Amino acid sequence: MDRVEGLAKLTGRERYVDDLAIQGVVWGMTVRSRCPRGRIKRIHFGDGVDWSRFVVVDHRDIPGPNEILLIERDQPVLAGDRVRHVHEPIVLIAHESREMVRRAVAQVRVEYDPEPAYLDYRLPPRPGQIQFGEDNVLKRLCIEKGDVERALRGAAHVVEGVYETGAQEHVYLENQGMVAWVEDGVVAVKGSMQCPYYVLNAMSHALGRAADEVRVIQAPTGGGFGGKEDYPSNIALHAALLAIKGDRPVKIIYDRGEDLAATTKRHPATVRHRTGLDRDGRLIAQDIEVILDAGAYVTLSPVVLSRAIIHAGGPYACDNVRIRGRAILTNAVPFGAFRGFGAPQTHFAGERHMDVIAARIGVDPVDLRRRNLIRDGQSTSTGQVIHDGTDRVAVMDRALDLSGYRARQREHEAFNASHPYLRRGIGLATFHHGAGFTGAGEVFLKSVVHVVGLPDGRVEVRSANTEIGQGTLTAFSKVAQDRTGLDGESIVIAEPDTARVPNSGPTVASRTAMVVGHLIERACDDLRRILGVDADTRGQALRDAIIAWHADNPGREPVGTAQYRKPPGIQWDEDRYQGDAYATFAWAAYVAQVEVDLRTFATSVTSMTAVQEVGRVLNETLARGQIQGGVVQAIGWALLEDVAWKDGAMANAQLTNYIIPTSFDVPPTRVQFIENPYAHGGGGAKGLGELPMDGPAPAIVNAVAAATGTEATTIPLTPERLMGLVLNDDAA
Amino acid sequence: MTMPPDQQERISVALTLNGRAVRVQVEPNERLLDTLRYRLGLIGTKEGCGEGECGACTVSMDGVPVNSCLVPTWQARGRRIETIESVEPGRLGALLGSGATQCGACTPGVVMAACWIAEHRELLRTHTIRELMAGNLCRCTGYDGIIEGVQGLLDDGLAEDGRDG
Repeated sequence: MDRVEGLAKLTGRERYVDDLAIQGVVWGMTVRSRCPRGRIKRIHFGDGVDWSRFVVVDHRDIPGPNEILLIERDQPVLAGDRVRHVHEPIVLIAHESREMVRRAVAQVRVEYDPEPAYLDYRLPPRPGQIQFGEDNVLKRLCIEKGDVERALRGAAHVVEGVYETGAQEHVYLENQGMVAWVEDGVVAVKGSMQCPYYVLNAMSHALGRAADEVRVIQAPTGGGFGGKEDYPSNIALHAALLAIKGDRPVKIIYDRGEDLAATTKRHPATVRHRTGLDRDGRLIAQDIEVILDAGAYVTLSPVVLSRAIIHAGGPYACDNVRIRGRAILTNAVPFGAFRGFGAPQTHFAGERHMDVIAARIGVDPVDLRRRNLIRDGQSTSTGQVIHDGTDRVAVMDRALDLSGYRARQREHEAFNASHPYLRRGIGLATFHHGAGFTGAGEVFLKSVVHVVGLPDGRVEVRSANTEIGQGTLTAFSKVAQDRTGLDGESIVIAEPDTARVPNSGPTVASRTAMVVGHLIERACDDLRRILGVDADTRGQALRDAIIAWHADNPGREPVGTAQYRKPPGIQWDEDRYQGDAYATFAWAAYVAQVEVDLRTFATSVTSMTAVQEVGRVLNETLARGQIQGGVVQAIGWALLEDVAWKDGAMANAQLTNYIIPTSFDVPPTRVQFIENPYAHGGGGAKGLGELPMDGPAPAIVNAVAAATGTEATTIPLTPERLMGLVLNDDAA
Repeated sequence: MTMPPDQQERISVALTLNGRAVRVQVEPNERLLDTLRYRLGLIGTKEGCGEGECGACTVSMDGVPVNSCLVPTWQARGRRIETIESVEPGRLGALLGSGATQCGACTPGVVMAACWIAEHRELLRTHTIRELMAGNLCRCTGYDGIIEGVQGLLDDGLAEDGRDG
């Protein structure tokens, strides 16, 4: 089955927010702070501008509380008396000419009383830099299993390591954008987003309006990767405030520079490992500390930290585990959701550390993993007993076979011994990714899906889940087709419009196909119940039944409903951080080959192999595309994508010097799926979208370590960084 | 400092757009991308970065792919411009089947570059598809679906040439 909206995209007919033709629309832009922390003394509006021709909004124009409602309410919609990061929005301006509004923005000058900014989360804050509690720690979490200290005392080997990962920009190709208008007393927005109901709740809160006085519509969205999970609430509120005050529709479209600099990014992280092993190389103690830079506001950092620590122990069995995590408030631009949501950071550290352990205690990295990969019946760090029938060692062996791991190792040894300046290496990472919300998250969400019989006998799936490139429309259509026996033409996927669709939860956490897909199946069954037909009524018979129902019930529609139910046997203790952290995990083993040029210290990835067990694959082309896309995004994070910070701002907010991989920078990714249908996922699927972000970085850096004999611990492993490592090693 | 846009004199530019003669009044510093999108309603061409790095806004100028965000509209005077709207949808089956599009924001530019390669097969004597597509950033596909789709487009083209012959 081809992608449902594929031809519209290939021919440029898909209508993104900036493509919408709206009568009388004006352009909105944002005046931002230039100060990482301080009190706002005065705002000067330049004399050369006739301000009466512009709509101008500041915090005093916000009808409700000046808060972006998310986990906390600490982030203002527009700065009031103080700023906490350099891109904090302060004033909004609109005009029908985009060029005029650009010029006007440049004529607004904000005067500050600067306060000491806290910009490096790795250093303890000085007293003047404290902005939250006693130490700027926003959130602490801890997982404990067994007795780590005792196990470490009895260990044959104890290996320590510290690993660091940098910020990463999403670089969805479509920048953030939103239009807002007021219609019949309802404030409506339409734009680029992942989670319409997050935006609805934030608008309802800050505009002081009931939920039915606000309407949110997702426009086709040109990529998200988490960057359009929480941020669109900000831009939607900004557009709405301008539309309310100016009484005209408003469009805000960020240009690339503003989008790179001012929107959220992946949390920078530091992860410390202290690992105890017995004489046979079995893990007997894992003591792990995870520290995230949260940036200036809470956003989603507590849940990113949660996923980070839960994945920090890796896909291994170990009886004594202690994982302590903390997220720290700084005056950097707020960090937010990004594909993988904390797990890529801790998997980088954990999988790199496995190779460091192997080198220190003199065992083969493959054998070390073979010995410790979790077997059915064993438990994770939170005490979640794994019993899904997946052979995780077989997943690894498949990746080793496909990549020719052992043969390549031998070839590289010979090559490296003879070549004057090129060094080749191969590296492995084995990892897992929890699908769906963490812990009791899905239970709290209470997601609802409607499947509606239309008068002509077609079936409409109504959910708030969004197509952002990952294939929601195609996956939902496929699941509904399989469940109803109808063809693709007879399945309509509704536009995510909060006036029409129920809250089926956000499009995040690799949950859409798995959790919401399963709800669609159950809602299809419920539709049959409402129609009064047998559970095996399919295809034309179902169509006929829908048409007959409409004939009998004029003016109404049959709505099949399903609400999330916890799969049986799942238990989670939020206070003790114990139990089933996820309903299920996807499992994977990736192998990377690299070639390092010791003249330039540039690393090229020459081969990538990605083997994973993701439940049942709903659509081979789309699933493969998710893996390949994630792998390349992770190659960028591992080697190229270096956010240069200056006073808490991204100094390289351009694609000219924030470098993401081109086609010529990456090899093809060999993808293989091992299928093991998951009973509670749509069509048997588990989540897979985030998984490929986890494995490539450690596999690549392990390969670089094998090639060069260095102990690289920090990404992005840029040529400059690698040069430092290689030359220092030589000097030592 | 240049005059504000509402005080500037517009200039007149005549060009051939998707095979048709067009005359348009534009601001002197206007980008071809904006003229296409906001004056002429050809919104298939997308803006990705506005600085010639990403290729999302690729159009063909006298048969050569250019980043329309870097071309002042006056430079298109007397030239032949083709946009994504000129591409025959029936040609794109291979790109659909290979998964060459995901979010679609880079896709019109990718298709314009792919069509250019298809029309200049001699490029493949000295360059790989992977190399020729390096001017079009994509954040979704990891490029494999694009490379495979472009190869398919070339194969389909050859099959058609064969039939014609």
